[in-house]
Amino acid sequence: MSSPPLLDIRNLTVEFATRRGTVQAVKAIDVSVGKGQTVAIVGESGSGKSVTSYAVVRILDRAGKVAEGSISFSGVDLVAASEAQMRDLRGREISMIFQNPRAALNPIRKVGKQIEDVLLQHVQATRATAREKAIEALEKVKIARPQERYDAYPFELSGGMCQRVVIALALACQPQLLIADEPTTGLDVTTQKAVMDLIVELTRERGMSTILITHDLGLAAAYCDKVVVMEKGRVVETADAKEIFRNPQHPYTRKLMKATPRVGSSLTDLLPDDQPKRSAPAKTAAALATASEPPLLIVENLVKEYPRPVTGSFLAKLIGKGEPEKPAFRAVDGIGFTVRRGETLGLVGESGCGKSTTSMMVNRLLDPTSGRIVFDGQDIGAIPARQFATSAFRRRIQMVFQDPTDSLNPRFTAERAIVDPILRMGKIRGRDALRARCEELAQLVGLPIELIDRFPHQLSGGQKARVGIARAIALDPDLVILDEPTAALDVSVQAVVLNLLEELKQRLGMSYIFVSHDLNVVRLLCDRVIVMKTGQIVEQGTAEEVLGAPRAEYTKELLNAIPHPPL
Amino acid sequence: MLRMIAARLKTTIPSVIGVIIVTFLLTRVLPGDTAAYFAGPAASNEAIAQIRSELGLDQPLPVQFVSYVMALVKGDLGTSLTTGQPVTADLAQRLPASGELTLFGLLLSMAIALPLGVLAAVKQGSWIDHLCRIVATAGVSLPVFFTGLLLVYVFYFILGWAPAPLGRIDVFFSEPPRVTGFVLIDSLIARDLDTFRAAFTQILLPALTLAIFSLAPITRMTRASMLAVLGADFVRTARASGLSGGKVIGTYAFRNAMLPVVTTLGMVFSFLLGANVLVEKVFAWPGVGSYAVEALLASDYAPIQGFVLTMAILYVALNLMIDILYGVIDPRVRLEG
Repeated sequence: MSSPPLLDIRNLTVEFATRRGTVQAVKAIDVSVGKGQTVAIVGESGSGKSVTSYAVVRILDRAGKVAEGSISFSGVDLVAASEAQMRDLRGREISMIFQNPRAALNPIRKVGKQIEDVLLQHVQATRATAREKAIEALEKVKIARPQERYDAYPFELSGGMCQRVVIALALACQPQLLIADEPTTGLDVTTQKAVMDLIVELTRERGMSTILITHDLGLAAAYCDKVVVMEKGRVVETADAKEIFRNPQHPYTRKLMKATPRVGSSLTDLLPDDQPKRSAPAKTAAALATASEPPLLIVENLVKEYPRPVTGSFLAKLIGKGEPEKPAFRAVDGIGFTVRRGETLGLVGESGCGKSTTSMMVNRLLDPTSGRIVFDGQDIGAIPARQFATSAFRRRIQMVFQDPTDSLNPRFTAERAIVDPILRMGKIRGRDALRARCEELAQLVGLPIELIDRFPHQLSGGQKARVGIARAIALDPDLVILDEPTAALDVSVQAVVLNLLEELKQRLGMSYIFVSHDLNVVRLLCDRVIVMKTGQIVEQGTAEEVLGAPRAEYTKELLNAIPHPPL
Repeated sequence: MLRMIAARLKTTIPSVIGVIIVTFLLTRVLPGDTAAYFAGPAASNEAIAQIRSELGLDQPLPVQFVSYVMALVKGDLGTSLTTGQPVTADLAQRLPASGELTLFGLLLSMAIALPLGVLAAVKQGSWIDHLCRIVATAGVSLPVFFTGLLLVYVFYFILGWAPAPLGRIDVFFSEPPRVTGFVLIDSLIARDLDTFRAAFTQILLPALTLAIFSLAPITRMTRASMLAVLGADFVRTARASGLSGGKVIGTYAFRNAMLPVVTTLGMVFSFLLGANVLVEKVFAWPGVGSYAVEALLASDYAPIQGFVLTMAILYVALNLMIDILYGVIDPRVRLEG
C-alpha cells in the first residue's frame, strides 16, 4: 500500500496495575489499518484484543495505561493527545460498537436522544435539526418505523435492534474508523448475519476502515481483508484473510482453526494434534444399538402458555378498556419428540423459539400447561416441579447450565459443588467416602484433583465447566440436559469440553438433550436434531439429514447464516 | 401511571388497618394507669374509678376499640389529657414544624451529600473520596444531641451568630398568616422578609444538626451507586462516542445512579421525621416527636395513637411518592405498573 495507513499501532504495550503488581495485557504489538480496509483482530479471552482497541480510543479504565509504543491516527499521535483532543476524535473520527448492545445503551434515555447527544456534541446538528438527523441515522441502519423508534427505550427493542441503534450511534458523525468489539456475540446467527452485512455495507459505502474484534474465525474470514491473530497479549500472526486460512503459519493460529467446528470435521478433529486422542466410536452406533428398546423419554404434545400483559393505550388501560384479552402466549406450542437410551438429541433454534422453556420443562423445573413427559415409562410431567426435587426421578435427570460461572455457588469449593447433589439425594455418607467419590468424578471429567479445594473464582472457564459437568453426573443420571454448555467458552476450551461430554456419554451410557444455537457444534455432538421456531418444531431427523440436506426453509436460512472459514 | 398509583394505594390498606390495631393494643398494654395519672397523686380510689369510667377505660377492649375506630372515621383522634386539646388539632399544629425542620435538614444534607458522593465516585481514591468517608463517618457517629449542643455552644454561646435555640421563631416576631404551616414559606407568601430571616436563622442550626446526621447514608449510597454505574457498559459507550465529561456524568451516570439514592432518601426522611425528638428537645422545637414523648411519659394514649397513625400514613404516602418518582426516572418501572 502506497498511502500511509489510517491507523498505525507500533510497539504498543499496555499495562494494568493490579494488586499483584503490574500486568502487561498487550505486549509490544504492531497493527496497521489502511484506508477503507477491514481488519480482524482474532483471539481468545485474555488475548488483549479488546484492550488494544480501548487503548486506541483511550478509554482504558484507571488501572490501565499505555506503557510504551505509539498509536498514530491519520497523523495524530493518540498516546500524546490531550483529553479534549481525544474527546473530539471519539465518535467523530473513531467510533466503537460493543458486545451486548442492550447494556451498551443508556437504559433510561430514549434511543433517539442518545443519538442526538452524539450529534450535538460533535456539532453535526443543531438543536433544531437534531431530531431529524437522529431519525435519519436510524433510517440508515434499516430500522423500520424510525420515527416511532426514536422514542423507544432500549428495553423495548430486541437485541439485534439495539445493536442497530449502537451502530447508528457510532456512524452518526461519519467517522473514518469503526472499531467493532465482538459486535454480534450473543446474537442469533441470522441476526448476526444481518448486523454484519449492515456494518460491511455501511462502511464500504463510506470508504471507512473497520477493525473487527472477534473470537470467531469464521466471522473474521467472511468479512475481513486482513486478520491479526493475538495470543496472550502478543500478535502471533498477521496475514491476508484468504492467505491465513489457506496457509496458517503460527501453531496457535493452526490450533484455533482446528478447534473451530465446521462442516465435515469430527469431534476429535477439534483437538490439537499433540493431544492424546481417545478414539470415540461412531456416534450413531450407540443409538442404533438400542433402537429396538422403548425410548427413555417420550414427550407428547407439550404446551407452555404464558398470560399476555394487557396492552393498549395508557388512558384505555386506566378506564379498564384495554384491548380485549388476547389468547395466552404459547412459548412451547404442542411439540413431541423422543430420546432413546445413549442418544444425543440436539434442540436448535434462535432466542425465543422455546428451546430453553422445553428443556426446563423436561428437567422439571417448570410445569407444562398441558402435554405429557414420559420418562422411563412414567409420566413425570404430572409431578409438580415444586415437588420434583424430592422425587426419585430427580437424580436420574440432571442439567449442565449455560454459564459455568453463574451456575456455581461462589462460596462453595469445587468439591462442595460437585458433592452437593450427593449430599441431597445420594446414598454416600461420611467425609472420606464423599471425598473419594468427588475425586473419582474429578478424574472422570479431567479436573486435576489438587483443584477441587478451590473456589470458582480461582478456576478458569474450562475448569468451571468441568465442575458443572461433574456435578451433573454425580448421581449417575440417565438423562443430562446440556443448555448451551460451551457458549461462554473459548473455542479451544469448547473443543476439549465437547470431547469430554462425548466420552462421558459413551462411558456412562447416558442420554443427552443438547440445547444450542450453534449448528456446527450440534452437528458434531448430536445423533438427532430438532429445529424449533416460535414454539413449534419445524424439522426433525438425524443430524446428517437435517443439517446436511435441510428440507425446511427456516433450517436452510439458519445454515446459510453461519459464517464459514474457507476450507 | 394513575393505575399504578391506585394499585399501590390498594396494597397499603392492610398495613394501615394493621397499624390501627397495633397502636390501639400497644397503648393499652403499656404500663401506667391513665386514670391514676390524670387524677393526681392525692386522688382517692373512687375518684380514679370515676375518671376511668368517664374516659371509657372501664369498658372491655373490643368496645373501646369500636368506639376508637368510629371516632377515627370522623377524624377524631381523641383528646390529649395533658394539653387538653383535641389530638388532631395538636398534630396539625406541630406536624408542619417537624415537617419543615426535617425537609429543610434533608435538603441541606442532599445539597452537601449528593455532590460529595458523585465527586468521591468520579475521583475515586483521591483526597475528596477520603474527605467524603471522614465526613460521613463522623456525622453518623456523633449523636444528634451532641452535635446539636455543640452547634448551639459554638454559634450561639461563643460566636453569637445564631439566635437563642428557642423554637421556630423569635419571640419578637409574630407568626405569619398560616397557609402551608411552614413558617419559611408562609413568611415569603406574606412578603415579610424580616420574619423570613428570623425563622431562617432559627431553623438553620437544628436543620444542620439533622443534616450532619443524615449525610452518611446519602453520601455513601450516592458514591456506591455512582461507582457501579460508572463501570457500566453504557457509560463506556458514552465516553467512546466522545460525549463531554459533564454529559457522561450528569445525564448518563447520575440519572441512573439516582434510583437507589431515591430509596435511601425516602428512608432517611421518614426516619428523621419520627426520630428527631432529641433535636426538637435541644432546640425547643414544637414538633411531633417531643409531643409524642411527653404523651408517652404521661401514659396519655390518644396522642400516641394519633402520632403513630400519622407517621404510618405519612410513611405510606412517602413510599408512594418514591414509587412515582421511580417511574419518572426509570421508564422500565412505568411499564410494570
